[in-house]
Amino acid sequence: MTAVELGTEGLERRLARAERRGKLRAFLLVAPLLAFVLLSFAMPILTLVRQAAYNTLVSANLPETTALIADWKVDAPVPEPLCEALVREMHAAKEVDPAIPSRIATFVNRERAGSLSRVKQVANADIKAPYCAGLAALHDDWAQPDIWRALKIVAPSFSPRFFLQALDFRLQADGSIRSQDSNEALHLMLFRRTLLVAAGVTLACALLGFPVAYLLAHVSLRVSNMLLIIVLLPFWTSLLVRTTAWIALLQQNGVVNDTLVALHIIGEKGRLEMMYNMFATLVVMTHVLLPFMILPLFSVMKGINPNFTRAALSLGATPSTAFWKVYFPQTIPGLGAGCLLVFILAVGYYITPALVGGQSGQLISNIIAFHMQKTLNWPLAAAIGTILLAGVLLLYWLYSRLVGIDKMKLG
Amino acid sequence: MASFRSSLPVYATTLDVVWHYAFRTICGAILVFLVAPILVIIPLSFNAESFFSFTSGMVSLKPEAYSLKWYRDIFTNGMGAPEAAFGWSWLVDSWRHGQWMLALRNSVVVGVASTLVATALGTLASVGLSRPEMPFRGLIMGLLISPMIVPIIITATGLFFFFSSVGLAQTYLGLILAHALLGTPFVVITVTATLTSFDRSLMRAAANLGASPLRAFFSVQAPLILPGVISGALFAFVTSFDEVVVVLFLAEPDQRTIPRQMWSGLREQVSPTILAVATILVLISLAMLGSLEMLRRRVERLKTETPI
Repeated sequence: MTAVELGTEGLERRLARAERRGKLRAFLLVAPLLAFVLLSFAMPILTLVRQAAYNTLVSANLPETTALIADWKVDAPVPEPLCEALVREMHAAKEVDPAIPSRIATFVNRERAGSLSRVKQVANADIKAPYCAGLAALHDDWAQPDIWRALKIVAPSFSPRFFLQALDFRLQADGSIRSQDSNEALHLMLFRRTLLVAAGVTLACALLGFPVAYLLAHVSLRVSNMLLIIVLLPFWTSLLVRTTAWIALLQQNGVVNDTLVALHIIGEKGRLEMMYNMFATLVVMTHVLLPFMILPLFSVMKGINPNFTRAALSLGATPSTAFWKVYFPQTIPGLGAGCLLVFILAVGYYITPALVGGQSGQLISNIIAFHMQKTLNWPLAAAIGTILLAGVLLLYWLYSRLVGIDKMKLG
Repeated sequence: MASFRSSLPVYATTLDVVWHYAFRTICGAILVFLVAPILVIIPLSFNAESFFSFTSGMVSLKPEAYSLKWYRDIFTNGMGAPEAAFGWSWLVDSWRHGQWMLALRNSVVVGVASTLVATALGTLASVGLSRPEMPFRGLIMGLLISPMIVPIIITATGLFFFFSSVGLAQTYLGLILAHALLGTPFVVITVTATLTSFDRSLMRAAANLGASPLRAFFSVQAPLILPGVISGALFAFVTSFDEVVVVLFLAEPDQRTIPRQMWSGLREQVSPTILAVATILVLISLAMLGSLEMLRRRVERLKTETPI
C-alpha cells in the first residue's frame, strides 16, 4: 500500500465523518422545536384519536363483568355469575371512587336511553343471592335483555362504536351494524354540508380572486403595492373584528338593510334575512379566505412572461383564445395552490359558522364543539374530529406533493 | 382622442375599451368587498345610540349623534366606581377591575410569552432546516407546519384532553405553550423564506477569518435574517392575539383574552363597545401591516445591494 492510497482513504473517511457531523448539527438545531411540536401537538392529537377508540372505564372497573358479558349470547338468558360479578364489582367500584358508577351509567345510557338510574341503583342497592332475581326485583329492566345488551356494547376497551356513530351508524350488541335513527342522524348531513360549503367558498374565492390577482400583476409596481395593502389589511385584521363588521352590515337592522330601506328598494317589512343563516356563513367565509387565494395567484401571475400572450395575439389568436390557451394554463399552479389552501382551511372552519351561521349554517367543527361542551360525549367528539383530521391530512399531503410546503408564503 | 382612451393603445377597439373599464370596475367592487366591512365599523363605533347601524342623525352628520361613550365603556365596564372623577384612582380602578383591561392584560402576557417561545424555537429550527445537509427535510418541515393546517377545533380538543391529563389545563403556562405551538409555523415559514436568499459563502468567509460558528451566526447571519425573524414574530403575536378557540377550551374565566371577551360579547350581550374595541384592533393591525411593509422593503433593498 502506498502513501498516496492511504491518504485518499483517510480523506474519504474524514469527509464522511464531516458530513455526518454536519447532518447531526443541522438536526440538533431543529430538535428543540421538533420535540416541542411532538409533545404539545402530536401527543394531544394522539390522545384525541385514542379517546375515540379506547376507553377502559368499564373494563378496568368491572373486569370480571367485562369478561363474562363478552361470552354472553345476546339472545340467551343472563347467567347468574354475570349478575353476581356486576353487583359485586359495582359496589367495589363505588368504594374506590363514588363517581365511577354514575360515569359507567352515563356510558350505558348513551346506548340505551333510560338506563342512567338503573345502573347507578346497582351500586347503592343491597342485593343478595340469587343476584339475577335480585336485580330484577330492583327494577324490571334488569329482567329484560336490552340493558344487558347496552352493557355488552360499552364493556370492551377497544370499540369502533364512536367512529360508527360519527358516521350515523350504530353498533349492536351482537356485533352487527344498523343505521342511526333518522332523528339522531345528522353527522353525515353535516359532513356533506361542510364539503359543499368548502367547495362553494373555494369557487367563490377563485372567481373573485382571479381578476384581482390579474389586476395586481398587470399594473405598475407602485399601484400594485398600494392595492396589495388593501388585500392584506383583512388578512391582518382580527377574525373576530371582521365577523363583528359583517354582523353590523348584514343583520336585520344592519347597515345594508337600512340603506336598502332608505333607498326604497325594499319596504320596512321586506328586510332581508342575511344574518344567522347559511348565506352569512358563505359570505363571511369567502371574505375571510379570499386573501389566501389572491396571494398565491398573484405570485404566480407576476412571474408569467407577457411576451407569450403578445406572441399569440400577433400570430392571429383572438384575445379570448390567447387568454384561455396561453395565459390561463400558466396560472394553474397558483390557482391550484390557492384552491387547495382555501379548501383545507374552509373544511375546518369553526368561529365564523358559530357566530354568524345560526342553525342552518353550522358545519362539522361546530358539532365537535357541541359534543365537547353541551352533550359532553367526548369520545364521539374525538371520533368526528379524527375523521375530519384524516380528511385534512390527506388534502395536506396532496398539497405538499402538488405545490410543495416550501412554496407556502405569507404576504 | 377621448381622454378615457388615453391609457390604452391606439389600436384598441371599442370593445377593448369597454372591457378595460368593465374589468377595472369589477376589480374595484371586489376590493371594496374586501375592505369596506372593516372600514365601516370605524364610524359606527362613534354611535351615540346602542345600535349596530347608522342613525339618521349620523347620516346628517349631527354632532350629538356621535359620541365617545363606547370607548369610555372599554375602560369602565366592570369598574367599581365608574362615575368617580377621572384621576389616578380611577385609572387604577379601571386597570384592576375593568373587564376589557383584564382581557388586555391576559392577551399581552400570553401573546408576548408565546411569541418569544415560538420565535426562539422557530428561528433555531429554520437555521437547521435551511442547511443543505439537513436529513428528512420535507418530512420534518411538513410536521412543523401542520399546526397551521390542522383545524383549530381538533387541536383545541386534543390539547384539552392532553393538558387535562398532565395538569396544564386552565393554567397560563398551558395557554402560552398552546399559542406558541400555533405561532411556530408562521415563524418557520417566514424565516426559512428569508434564509433561502441568504448567501452561505458569507458563513464560510466568517469561519475563514477566524470566527467561531456562534460568532459567525450572531455577527453575520443574524443581522441579515433579522427582518424575517421580526416578521415571523409579528405573525406569531397576531396569531396569539387573535386566537379564541384554544382559549375557549383551555382557559378559565379569569384568563380570558380580548378575542374571548369579544366572543362572549357577540354571543351574549351585543353592545357597540365591541365596535370600539374592533376599531382599535383595526388600527393596531394597520400599524403591524405598516411595519411589515417596511421590513419587506428592507429585505428587498438588502437583496439588491449585493456587495462585490
